Amino acid sequence: MTVRIQREPFDPAAEVKALIGRRTDIGAVVTFTGICRGADDGKPVAAMTLEHYPGMAEAEIERHVVEAQARWPLMGVTVIHRHGRMVPGDDIVLVVTMSSHRGDAFAAAEFLMDYLKTRAPFWKKEEGPEEAGWVTAKADDDAAAARWAAAGTATGSQD
Amino acid sequence: MKILYFAWVRERVGKAEETVEPPAGVATVADLMEWLAGRDEAYAYAFENRRVIRAALDQTHARPEAAIAGAREIAFFPPMTGG
Repeated sequence: MTVRIQREPFDPAAEVKALIGRRTDIGAVVTFTGICRGADDGKPVAAMTLEHYPGMAEAEIERHVVEAQARWPLMGVTVIHRHGRMVPGDDIVLVVTMSSHRGDAFAAAEFLMDYLKTRAPFWKKEEGPEEAGWVTAKADDDAAAARWAAAGTATGSQD
Repeated sequence: MKILYFAWVRERVGKAEETVEPPAGVATVADLMEWLAGRDEAYAYAFENRRVIRAALDQTHARPEAAIAGAREIAFFPPMTGG
């Protein structure tokens, strides 16, 4: 497991390559990249600043990676979350999951993102053309995370 | 104990962290919020809608009824919006 919180940009392709290494038993790699949008609910966003809770951010993401590893037969996981100021088009978050089969890799990546959005201690402040404001948490994100609590291990062949 | 504030809770309180010694009757996360809210207008504003504020005890999410005895670090923050 690799979990990093950093200000610097990341390179998804390099992270995937590093995670696979020389292994030949990997059948599926899923990567999710979250990107800073230029508008939120129709309002233009000039930039955003991501604040985080150092220490807890890493610990909370690691706890969810451990849970993902218990639910699905994963062969590797990388999560990178940036903090600081970002402009539209900048990468914010990367999740990479590796498994023998795509179902497990897809499910684990979605699980990690759903939990990351609602449980990892990060807060976005958006800068519009004139004013800045904290982003409000979305009920949809809570619902997306909650479905995993009921679902248990939802997918996939274990062979 | 050390208290940390993040995002708009931090902005309203006017500081990122501080060390406080709450009185003996302050036993839970909810009690601590109640006590902090009574300190002055800035804290009252920060903690006016206590139901939306989340807490962590020693970097683990905690519910309002969680006991704070023994905690070294308590954090208060709005619902998270990362990812």
